[in-house]
Amino acid sequence: MKLGNYILRRAAMLVPVLLGVLVLIFVIAYVIPADPARAWAGQRAREEQVQALEERYHLNDPIHVQVYTYLKNVILHFDLGVSPTTGRPVRDDLKAFFPATFELALCAFVLAIALGIPLGVVSALRRNRPADHFSRIVALTGVSTPLFWLALILQFVFYFKLGWLPAMGRSTIDITRYTGFVLVDSVLNWNWTAFGDAAIHMILPAATLAFYSMGYLVRITRGSMLEVLEAEYVVTAKAKGLPRRVVIYRHALKNAIIPPLTVLGVEFGWLLGGTVLLETIFAWPGMGRYAAGSIVMVDLPAVVGYTLIVALVMLLSNLVVDILYSVIDPRIRVGGKGR
Amino acid sequence: MEAKEDLLVVDRLKTQFFTYGGVVEALDEVSFEIEKGEIFGLVGESGCGKSVTATSILGLVSKPGRVISGRILLDGEDLLRKSEREMNSIRGSRIAMIFQDPTSSLNPLFRIGYQVAEPYIHHQRRAKRKALSDATGILAKTGLPDADEKARNYPHELSGGMRQRAMIAMSLTCEPDLLIADEPTTNLDVTIGRQILDLVKDLQREFGASVLWITHDMAVVAQMCDRVGVMYAGSIVEKTDVRTLFRNAKHPYTERLLRAIPSAATSSDRLEEIPGSVPRLIHPPTGCRFHPRCDYAAPVCSETKPLEREVDPGHWVACHRFSGPKDGT
Repeated sequence: MKLGNYILRRAAMLVPVLLGVLVLIFVIAYVIPADPARAWAGQRAREEQVQALEERYHLNDPIHVQVYTYLKNVILHFDLGVSPTTGRPVRDDLKAFFPATFELALCAFVLAIALGIPLGVVSALRRNRPADHFSRIVALTGVSTPLFWLALILQFVFYFKLGWLPAMGRSTIDITRYTGFVLVDSVLNWNWTAFGDAAIHMILPAATLAFYSMGYLVRITRGSMLEVLEAEYVVTAKAKGLPRRVVIYRHALKNAIIPPLTVLGVEFGWLLGGTVLLETIFAWPGMGRYAAGSIVMVDLPAVVGYTLIVALVMLLSNLVVDILYSVIDPRIRVGGKGR
Repeated sequence: MEAKEDLLVVDRLKTQFFTYGGVVEALDEVSFEIEKGEIFGLVGESGCGKSVTATSILGLVSKPGRVISGRILLDGEDLLRKSEREMNSIRGSRIAMIFQDPTSSLNPLFRIGYQVAEPYIHHQRRAKRKALSDATGILAKTGLPDADEKARNYPHELSGGMRQRAMIAMSLTCEPDLLIADEPTTNLDVTIGRQILDLVKDLQREFGASVLWITHDMAVVAQMCDRVGVMYAGSIVEKTDVRTLFRNAKHPYTERLLRAIPSAATSSDRLEEIPGSVPRLIHPPTGCRFHPRCDYAAPVCSETKPLEREVDPGHWVACHRFSGPKDGT
């Protein structure tokens, strides 16, 4: 019915947004006061070498010409340029590094949801009781602990002291790559040892990455659930004599889930961005570490390419969230107005 | 008593809210009874305890509130002694409620038909399919046009009047003995409100239910109710049949309340009002709670709470003017 229309309309809106994002990232990256060609060529490079690089990367062209050239290449050929530091097309680099990062972010995302939302619900149902205090402390710790610090502490405890979990890398067993996602590939190889190895490598980085989002979700879910439990339609449900579980998990939760759902889209993008620091700490061979290296080297094509991918994933995950949102809440489908 | 049987007896009901600021005495020994097939009106200003009375009967007083003492007898069984589980099987089947605001009282995320069908599913264990078709049937009974189609709609797709019809349908699913209506017409247009009043009256006759009708609107009382209890600051101050209420009200508060009804015949520039305002129940006035606003207040009024007395058969008043031998009536 109307749902299909809504999805189409919402997807069509992605195109102009993505174009705007692309221009913005490009311009911001290239107007920063740095001398990229000098950085690429190295401190001791001769002036001619620097100039050759400037020539090659059109750095002396006016900004609008640069934007035009870049957009043309991206749109027509999905060509993100060549990275001056790795010497390979940025597209190929990102393609190689993306699965590792996406897999990590996805695992963290699932972990954050699987812990955060139930904890938030329990917290609201047991308001001001020990369970509530506990999950509120967990949530507060989650949103206020710096990622790098938590990573180091976890590495120290679980790797250095206890020796239970590996602290570095993604896997130690070589398998045939089909998708680039180790967990998936090891299943496709029917190699359970490799799967276990990849899973055990996933635990620390994913847990670290998920911690903030989980805390955030607990807080949002708790607040939203508390509000909904006071709503008049919940009183109606009770007055109808419905069993408690139906009142809470059907009438209340379906309404209460909307605010946490709304932030999930942004949250996934945040997780993806959070990998820049995290992958460096955990020596995770992904896009985030690639981006960190590129930033240090003022590798503009790589940085812009990376930012573009993150923006794209962010937009797509928000699209998915909006679709879910409209599936749950019929009032959204009506159009621009309403709620 | 009369030949008629009481369905509900509320006896010296006391409900309090334990807030950080102190104890709010929302209901102070409220007593009334509703006969089988009768519409009993509970009138009073906002905050006088009408709605708390309703939630107390349903066992749904929200925290930090609690029923302290008293009895609520439904067909002789004390609801306050029932377990939560037993109360749950009574709510929605033997006692049902219609709320003031159908917009916020219907769950926005579920179809009308499903929400109406829920009591069938949970109280009568009907299969979902059967429950849904029965829901459409009862929706049609409330005069909802195209009930079939409306049952598949979400609340936001219906008008306010239609939503209230859906609420009424929902409350009638299990043919309750007692229907509690908490100002169901307040948020509706006057014309729609009138239709809803007629509808409830018709259905009440058809189903033979008793109704506790909560309102602040004297015109609605006159149209709907058989007997009336006038509430002020957590107590019932006067209780009688509708005719007597409008012709021979005794309590000073009822008098003022009736005078406050604007009428076209006695139009004046200024509306009648009751001086002062409703007391905060966290520190209610001593003695008779109305005494600070009362025209006839005597010293005794601020000292002791007046007891209810039957001044005429079936006409109860709680006022010192009618309790001692030296009063003027």
